[in-house]
Amino acid sequence: MREPVFIGGPAPRGPNLEELLGLVARGDQNAFAALYDAVSGSVLGLTRSLLRDPAQAEEVTQEVLVEVWRTAARFEPARGSAMAWIMTLAHRRAVDRVRSAQSASDREERAALLNRTPAFDEVTEQVEARLEREQVRRCMQGLTELQRQSVTLAYYRGRTYREVAELLQLPLGTVKTRLRDGLIRLRDCMGVGA
Amino acid sequence: MTRADRADLHTLTGAYSVYALSGRELLAFERHLADCEACAQEVRELRATAAKLGMATSLTPSPVLKDDVMRRIATVRQDPPRVARSEPEFSGGGAPPRRASRGRWQNFALAACLAGAVALGGVAVWQNQQASDARDTARRSEQQVARVEAVTEVLAAPDAHSRNAKLTNGATGTVVVSHALDKAAFLASGLPKPPDGRVYQLWFSDRGTMRSAGLMDTADTGTGRGTAALLSGAVGKASGVGVTVEPAGGSKAPTTDPIGLMSFPAG
Ligand SMILES: [Zn+2]
Repeated sequence: MREPVFIGGPAPRGPNLEELLGLVARGDQNAFAALYDAVSGSVLGLTRSLLRDPAQAEEVTQEVLVEVWRTAARFEPARGSAMAWIMTLAHRRAVDRVRSAQSASDREERAALLNRTPAFDEVTEQVEARLEREQVRRCMQGLTELQRQSVTLAYYRGRTYREVAELLQLPLGTVKTRLRDGLIRLRDCMGVGA
Repeated sequence: MTRADRADLHTLTGAYSVYALSGRELLAFERHLADCEACAQEVRELRATAAKLGMATSLTPSPVLKDDVMRRIATVRQDPPRVARSEPEFSGGGAPPRRASRGRWQNFALAACLAGAVALGGVAVWQNQQASDARDTARRSEQQVARVEAVTEVLAAPDAHSRNAKLTNGATGTVVVSHALDKAAFLASGLPKPPDGRVYQLWFSDRGTMRSAGLMDTADTGTGRGTAALLSGAVGKASGVGVTVEPAGGSKAPTTDPIGLMSFPAG
């Protein structure tokens, strides 16, 4: 099956999240509802990938969205897109949750962790999400094995890069650079601007 | 800082962008980020990239979730826009967080500030213990982990205030309250095991009327370790917190004199 290839920045689609966030910052609940519709699926998907437990993922999703409402006035467009802001927030909250519960002696889990694919295969009717997923899948395939493992363990599993080094039994410096190289390669493959 | 150290810091953009730095390294990199525009730019881009990785996992939430969120935001007061110098929120863009990014460790650091000079209070003991326990959380029950998180959330609240008191049994109690969260936590160090068949019960004081705020898990009592509990129920207009010793299962109203009473600090 042929997948569309994205060239340049993200195609303009859906509502302008920065504008919505500006309205939300002024207490507009309708704008928040629209923002919710645009981002909640992604927030839930990410928290679910990290936490696995559906109930916990929903709980963290709620927390994140309420936090978006509460701190909307602190969003600074000059520092990145609204989506990046929200997803960074979601990632942090979910990772905090993972870290507070995770075992430190789970080296054995390494294989299991690496083999568990993120929730790529879950059904979603959103076309955009599907395109996004295909693009990420394709770009991930362009990474070296070590880059892919480093990115996966850090981003989708919430591991610190020190833990990644331990899990992969690699020197810290190696993981540090693989992680950065991997993300840079993904950035270029996906045509992400700041 | 040597040139080599600095070059080393530049390569941490990747780990930082996916929240894979911790401890001293995180702090060092954030300091560096504040005056390295190249790194700030790269972090912006790599975060946008990471966001795409997250978006690729998108699921369709149940409609109930939206109802819940809409109901919740209707009661949550919004923070004012960013003001210089008081910046508790992490910034999603390139600039470094000025303060807590709410990771475990930052929370403890924050709680340490909160505890301030009263280093022997329940907060300090408890957080030290959390720090030393951090690597064997696997042995804890889900419930214990949830409790630690709930307490940590209160300690880390931007408006958290605390008050220490000596309890009549020699233990030190600390009450931490966040009116923004409408939650309070009680921490104690040196709390002895309650007498057989008895429990510690917490109370909110509503103008002198005691409202039950749940029982303390006594697993950590009598061990010299710190104990912490999130008070159940909303703080509301309560003016303080009390602790009593009650028959197992707790009481509807206190049946004994409190072993400690702590009024909430003003604002
Ligand atoms: Zn730099």
